Amino acid sequence: MGEPLLVAEHLTKRFPNGVLAVDDVSLTIAKGETVGIVGESGCGKSTTARMILRLLSPDAGSMQFAGEEIGMLGRSRLRSLRAKLQLVPQNPQTSFNPRLSIGSSIAFNLQSHGWEKRRLSARIGELLDRVGLGASYSSRYPHELSGGQLQRAAIARALCTDPELVVCDEAVSALDKSVQAQVLNLLVELQRESGVAYLFISHDLTVVEHLSDRVIVMYLGRVVEEGPAAELWRNPAHPYTKALLSASPGAAGPRIKLEGDPPSPANPPSGCCFRTRCAIAINECAIERPRLRETAPSRRVACLRAEPALISAP
Amino acid sequence: MSEATTAYDMAAEVHVTSGQPERRSWHLSRVRALPPGVLIGGGIVSILVIVAIAAPLIAPDDPQAGSLLTRLQGVGTSGHLLGTDGQGRDVLSRLIWGARPSLIAGIVPVAIAGVIGTALGAIAGFGGSRLRTLLMRSLDVLYAFPAILLAIAIGATLGPGLTNVIVSLSVILIPPIARIAESEALRIRSLDFMDAARTSGAGWIRIGLRQVLPNIAPPVIVYCTALVGLAIVYAAGLSFLGLGIVPPQPDWGGTLNDLRNNLFTQPWLSLVPAAAIFIASAAFNILGDGLRELLDVRADRAK
Amino acid sequence: MSTAVAMDERTLGATLTVDDLKVTFANKRQRVEAVRGVTFGIAPGRTLALLGESGSGKSASARAIMHLDNRGVELGGQVRLGDTIVSALSESELQKVRGGLIAMVPQDPTASLDPLRRVGAQIVEVLRVHGIETNRRAARDSAMNLLSRVGIPDPSRVMRAFPHELSGGMRQRAAIAVAVACRPTVLIADEPTTALDVTVQAQVLELFSELQAEVGMSIIMVTHDVGVAREIADYVAVMYAGRLVEIGSVDDVLERPAHPYTAALVDSVPTPETKRGELHVIPGRPPGPGDTPQTGCDFAPRCKFAIASCMTMPPPLVPVGTGHLAACPVVDGLVPAELAGVAV
Repeated sequence: MGEPLLVAEHLTKRFPNGVLAVDDVSLTIAKGETVGIVGESGCGKSTTARMILRLLSPDAGSMQFAGEEIGMLGRSRLRSLRAKLQLVPQNPQTSFNPRLSIGSSIAFNLQSHGWEKRRLSARIGELLDRVGLGASYSSRYPHELSGGQLQRAAIARALCTDPELVVCDEAVSALDKSVQAQVLNLLVELQRESGVAYLFISHDLTVVEHLSDRVIVMYLGRVVEEGPAAELWRNPAHPYTKALLSASPGAAGPRIKLEGDPPSPANPPSGCCFRTRCAIAINECAIERPRLRETAPSRRVACLRAEPALISAP
Repeated sequence: MSEATTAYDMAAEVHVTSGQPERRSWHLSRVRALPPGVLIGGGIVSILVIVAIAAPLIAPDDPQAGSLLTRLQGVGTSGHLLGTDGQGRDVLSRLIWGARPSLIAGIVPVAIAGVIGTALGAIAGFGGSRLRTLLMRSLDVLYAFPAILLAIAIGATLGPGLTNVIVSLSVILIPPIARIAESEALRIRSLDFMDAARTSGAGWIRIGLRQVLPNIAPPVIVYCTALVGLAIVYAAGLSFLGLGIVPPQPDWGGTLNDLRNNLFTQPWLSLVPAAAIFIASAAFNILGDGLRELLDVRADRAK
Repeated sequence: MSTAVAMDERTLGATLTVDDLKVTFANKRQRVEAVRGVTFGIAPGRTLALLGESGSGKSASARAIMHLDNRGVELGGQVRLGDTIVSALSESELQKVRGGLIAMVPQDPTASLDPLRRVGAQIVEVLRVHGIETNRRAARDSAMNLLSRVGIPDPSRVMRAFPHELSGGMRQRAAIAVAVACRPTVLIADEPTTALDVTVQAQVLELFSELQAEVGMSIIMVTHDVGVAREIADYVAVMYAGRLVEIGSVDDVLERPAHPYTAALVDSVPTPETKRGELHVIPGRPPGPGDTPQTGCDFAPRCKFAIASCMTMPPPLVPVGTGHLAACPVVDGLVPAELAGVAV
């Protein structure tokens, strides 16, 4: 792993309605790396992203960006941080202000970081070219663009201040598969050009696996497993990861069937949060909350029953 | 990736760019493409405003000078096209001069309430739940009274006069405008582009002016335009009750009251100021409907 | 497409046949031809996946089978269920068919369940309206049975629950219970798992297969997901811009695609072997409802193999194997390996 860019430790967020959305989540993203967070709805992946973007403040935990503590930054420092930390949101239909042209929306971001007016249109044209849209799209309004074009424009906006980390929150989930492939290729190409790091959040395992160097699997607000994408896919260690992989349509091998729905995050089970749906749960799972432990170099699992021997690749 | 932008996209691009130049210029064809509501409502409103401004030039008579010899002439009398009132004053001249205070009493309170109501609504919509509850429930208290009764109560407390009409109408118009602004703010606060705007590093004031206002303003403007019509009626009502413009200054509500006494001797005469109030009020309502269509970004009127 | 051509191997021995189905959405401003002549049949106890991207007309086709939309919609062609010509029925006769012989599971279960009534009452009503159970008590019992049949662990609680009190997966199960209550001959499922999490999606897909084995119904599964189609379907019909471009058995269509669009669609899904940043892409985007239809093949502007004739005449569906048809004159001579590289 390269030089760490973002180090988040023990992030915790409880919403006013009592839901413990994120429970002691730590993650590290290196420069130029792509880290994927995968999990089902309500697992806390989006809340984690919003805390990293400082759209939500964590109840507990610390965050460092490029070596600087950012959990408690003042307003002016936060502004310069935000140039380096950008977002590609989920829903193409609402990711642009319907009343502003694409160019004006990008100009808004540029002007937040002191770009002069006369240099704006050249910069916007260059950005739109880079994402394969062309400068003429600058004067168009969001409703005139297709979902794929809007997500390209959203990527152009995210890249306008040369960020070091872009958070993609389900950024391709709403797109048709053929268009999704175009946008995924674009993200990879831009990363190779600029060395930007991605935090890529999705419920779609195949997409996360394809794009990520490392993957974090979340369940009910906690990290249950993390490791290099390829290894995790070849050899998942946590029973939830196994079930998730085998459930994806078209997956090879026998299906591990999970019973029922995830429990309510407002009232998680004691001990291991997955034990209520786990086929190999034992009595101890209800008592002790499993810690994330290193089972192989750069692989960590939060399961009492995951054996190191089981995990090491054959 | 570059080849991903295909002929298909190119075609779409060419199509759109060719339509570009007309977006900002104002050709006659652009005017003709305006929604009929804007043309009709806007046309009548413009005429009313011109009449009000040009009153000294076009009014045939002094609106305050009467003569007992020419009392209560009917509509169509030579020299007094719309007749004269109980003091022998020319009704047409009184209507023309009366357009000034009537339009001012219609437009100014709406403008004041529009600015204050939008600001309060946006703050309530984007604020925390406690602030929102506090603001909106206090406005609900105002809203709970029938508007005209509240205006009468405030007018009666402050006394007659154009300024006091403006103050009382402004107060009663704030709650409905704030509600519109609040619901629009609530709708957009959770949309993805607000997250994108916040992660840009912009401050709240800049986000408010550049991102929020362009979304809140159109529905508020449409609503306010229609409210001007209502405010004209309310202002006339206050004058009618003696809480508005101080006589002998002419205004539509006051003129209506003057002529009311002669309803049985000159029935047509008393309808004249009522017609003026109705036309002005309807014109603003039609203009509001037209603006709703005009300000809809999705409507493609170029075709 | 003439009826003579349509009545070929696709429709022989089928429970439900759809012949030259056309759906046009019309309003004052424009007419959108969403479905432009689609023909297929489905055998008893089999599953057909209608596969396509947004705007391909797959949902409109499915809804047209049941005549679900009528305002502003013009329908053409014939839908036949056994001896009944569904497309010729009156609205009151249709109501008996709907939910009885043909049932529907929508993408969003909140759309099919009444939010103001308890789940149990809704199932009981379906059973009684279609005359399956006349006795209220018996209807309650079979509703309980149905709910436990669709994998709801606590049926008596769910009977008393309102739809919003259930999780997404449970709601979809309840909607499926309502749909299969009358043991329909044909079940139309419109993206039934798109809104669900993967693990729950797997459960629901399995439930469909189990119910099919039990009831013997045919299933038309509308989906955009190649994985879902591969998982559940016996036959796959691929739609593009309102037309069928390929139809055949799941193995033929998804493993040995004969149409460049199908091949590219299958390839645009990443597999563990795909190198990062080298996903196969189809350039451009699918045509939307506002776009003018092509005079020739709809896919031609995005197709690597397009030849001059593709631009002028829409290619007919022609057999490329046993029970496997594709609407592409060019790839007939190509081997599948070449097709896989279609849109590199």
